[in-house]
Amino acid sequence: MSYETTVDPVDAIDAETQVAIDVDRAKGDFHFPEKHKFDAGVGLSSDTVDYISNVKDDPDWVRAFRHKGLETFLNKPMPTNWATKDLDNIHFDEIRYYLADGQKPKRSWDEVPPEVLETFERLGVPEQERAFLAGVEAQYDSEAAYSNVKEELEKDGVIFVNSTEGLKEHEEIFRPWFGKVIPTGDNKFSALNSAVFSGGSFIYIPKGLKVKHPLQAYFRINSENFGQFERTLIIADEGAEVMYMEGCTAPKFESTTLHSAVVELVAMKGAKIQYVTVQNWSSNVFNLVTKRGIAHEDAEVRWIDCNIGSRLTMKYPGVVMKGERARGEVISIALANNGQHQDTGAKMIHAANHTTSNVVSKSISVGEGRATYRGQVTIPKHLKGCKNNTECDALMINANSKTDTYPAITVRGNQHVTQHEASVSQVSEEMLFYMQQRGISEAAAMSLAVNGFINDLVSEFPMEYSVELKRLIELEMEGSVG
Amino acid sequence: MSTTIAPMNILETQPQTPAAFPAWFSDLQQQAWQEFLTTPMPTRKDEVWRFGNLKQLNFEGYLDEENTQTEISTPDLPEGVICLPLDQALESHGELVKEHFMKRETRLGSAKFAALHKARVKNGLFVFVPDGVRVEQPIEVRHVLAGDASASFPHTLIITGKNAEVSVFDHFSSANDDDAGLCVAVNDLIAGDGSKLTYCAVQELNLTSRMIQVNATTVGRDAHAVAFTLNTGCQWARNESISRLDAEGAHSDMLSCSIPTGTQQYDQRTYQHHAAPHTNSDLLYKNTLFGTSKTIFSGLILVDQGAHYTDAYQTCRNLMMEDTAEANSMPGLEINADQVKCSHGSTSASISDEEIFYLRARGIAPRQARRLIANGFSVEAVERIRQERLEELVLAAIDRKFSTIS
Repeated sequence: MSYETTVDPVDAIDAETQVAIDVDRAKGDFHFPEKHKFDAGVGLSSDTVDYISNVKDDPDWVRAFRHKGLETFLNKPMPTNWATKDLDNIHFDEIRYYLADGQKPKRSWDEVPPEVLETFERLGVPEQERAFLAGVEAQYDSEAAYSNVKEELEKDGVIFVNSTEGLKEHEEIFRPWFGKVIPTGDNKFSALNSAVFSGGSFIYIPKGLKVKHPLQAYFRINSENFGQFERTLIIADEGAEVMYMEGCTAPKFESTTLHSAVVELVAMKGAKIQYVTVQNWSSNVFNLVTKRGIAHEDAEVRWIDCNIGSRLTMKYPGVVMKGERARGEVISIALANNGQHQDTGAKMIHAANHTTSNVVSKSISVGEGRATYRGQVTIPKHLKGCKNNTECDALMINANSKTDTYPAITVRGNQHVTQHEASVSQVSEEMLFYMQQRGISEAAAMSLAVNGFINDLVSEFPMEYSVELKRLIELEMEGSVG
Repeated sequence: MSTTIAPMNILETQPQTPAAFPAWFSDLQQQAWQEFLTTPMPTRKDEVWRFGNLKQLNFEGYLDEENTQTEISTPDLPEGVICLPLDQALESHGELVKEHFMKRETRLGSAKFAALHKARVKNGLFVFVPDGVRVEQPIEVRHVLAGDASASFPHTLIITGKNAEVSVFDHFSSANDDDAGLCVAVNDLIAGDGSKLTYCAVQELNLTSRMIQVNATTVGRDAHAVAFTLNTGCQWARNESISRLDAEGAHSDMLSCSIPTGTQQYDQRTYQHHAAPHTNSDLLYKNTLFGTSKTIFSGLILVDQGAHYTDAYQTCRNLMMEDTAEANSMPGLEINADQVKCSHGSTSASISDEEIFYLRARGIAPRQARRLIANGFSVEAVERIRQERLEELVLAAIDRKFSTIS
């Protein structure tokens, strides 16, 4: 059957918008010639894994962990029984799994190779560090080029290193939790990450320390056909508090790029971890990320997640509430433009009494973009007083925009409260008319309406990010009025 | 020639279409049999069987016997209305049956069993209401399953012409408490333009029986279809219900109440398919769970590309009466059109202390208070049937269930 559609999605994105979008993308859309000392070649085999282990001089147990990861990866099928078939377009034998210039990240920007420095200067990383950050790690392809944390934090016992150093130098702290929140076999991509992981942040915040300023990591892909597999583990000891932010960009190459990270958070008794992501990969990146946190007694784990870029993002941050009164939260904003599929969601596992979780997800589909919410809430037997609230709202801008919602809620027992609500809507004609009548152009009115839609969530991001976020969304939205 | 045929195993013996049936039907049954044999069994990997209990799909040893008694009681039928057992309709109105019989794809997981139904169906109900004719009182059908390890495949086919109106009550029960029966039922509800079609199924089979019911509703221009299901019986029942809104102004109400107790399990899957603009669907499923019972609700609203100005709502509410019950909800949306109003909601909670206190303050005993509240919870879905006689029959069945709960 065919019906008249009012807007042709291709026409809907006019030249002016295209410029706007390109301007935005241009910020990350540049790359330098490759000068890698270490290159694991193309394709994945146990030799690739050994190469990475040799270069990194991994301890035996890490090497064994990698090989087990590879085996699990090869044995697991693609999850295309529930996920998009687009996953079949990832060609694992054409990807380069490890590219690095050297092992040791520099402590000062002066020592960073000039083109790497220029990369991060253009992305504004050193400037932000001076302005408001407590520590920064800047990853360039497989390894961190720069890593530094304010001296006083180091004195207080904060550890902020990359994965190689974390596992080698601080094994007693990180090994007990490494791969425990997200086991290797959790899914095909966590297994892949376990085999070839490199880079990422290993962070330990000592008991009772509340880190005032955020720590930041910036992930940059510079090389074509490259897969980035960073691994992050953050442990906040009893009563500690920390906010961690990650940003990412890649140039727009002809071929597709794979980014598959594993992020594990451990919030000990009474600790609080906030993890903020602003994902703005270029639209040729497959972004398949596994993120999960464990919240012990009275602890809180919050995922604040914004997905604007990438070709396909599949990301469902989760919280396992293991101790009584633990709290989990996911705040998520997704913007899917032409050619993009933002498949995001949340996973809340209640494993103790009186645990509470909250999921608020807002998505915007523009042009032919597709936004999907996928959620899971589990409240097992013999618990009492668990609460979950899930809200997902979708805004569709054009006639051919798409949005899906697939939650799954399991409740056992009669001492809990769960509620789930979702709605799908458009920007109303009346609202646009009202603004246009007051002399605001249609595009600006649309942009205002969209910003209004996500405004309460944007305020959850740190101020410096929320300003940037609003600007990004404005740019993406411009001229898309149908 | 008369020979005694040994009872046929439903999974192994090729079905034999009675000679009196038209040739096309016999061909269709043979085709369906091949389809049944070649369709793989559902596996844990199938999303449409997520949380589902695949062990319940073992139908080894069930026999295809004609034990089920089907009784059809009709009100005074206006001229032109056809209301016949399916076998008679096949003989006298073969062309009309052929046009609508199982034309829709089974897409919610039970395709293999729908094929089995198609291959073995011999009885059921056929209703045709011509243009402009209204049948005021419901047609009542009662299926009584009998015989241990005996399978039954009743079919219901209802067609309404333009601006016609009809309602049908379909009741499933067992002859006794012990015979483990299997009922694989399929309904085709075709609501013609401007018509009103109300279908109401009440499942009160005994606790050793199992049931699969596949419902396909097609709603025409400005038509209104109501499909209601009450589950109180069976050890395990699976309902799959699809409503397709085919033309502008179509409206579909999908309603259900389930009251599982003990170890009963109900697995319900729904699909609201908006294939045209300016269509409307509203789903309300209510589960009241006792004992260690388990329910699964999986719903999907699909709005096709171009089906603008759709209004679609989906609500599943679980009332947890005991600490050992389990409710699974998967309310889903897939929206491919613009200018739609869609929402879904799912809640799970128990009766609050305040509600009990309120009733106790008025001298109502706690047990009675809980029952009153649970009853009121179900009534919210029942009263949306909007047909007095049907509501009465459903409420009586709900009362029968509550009277078994101490």
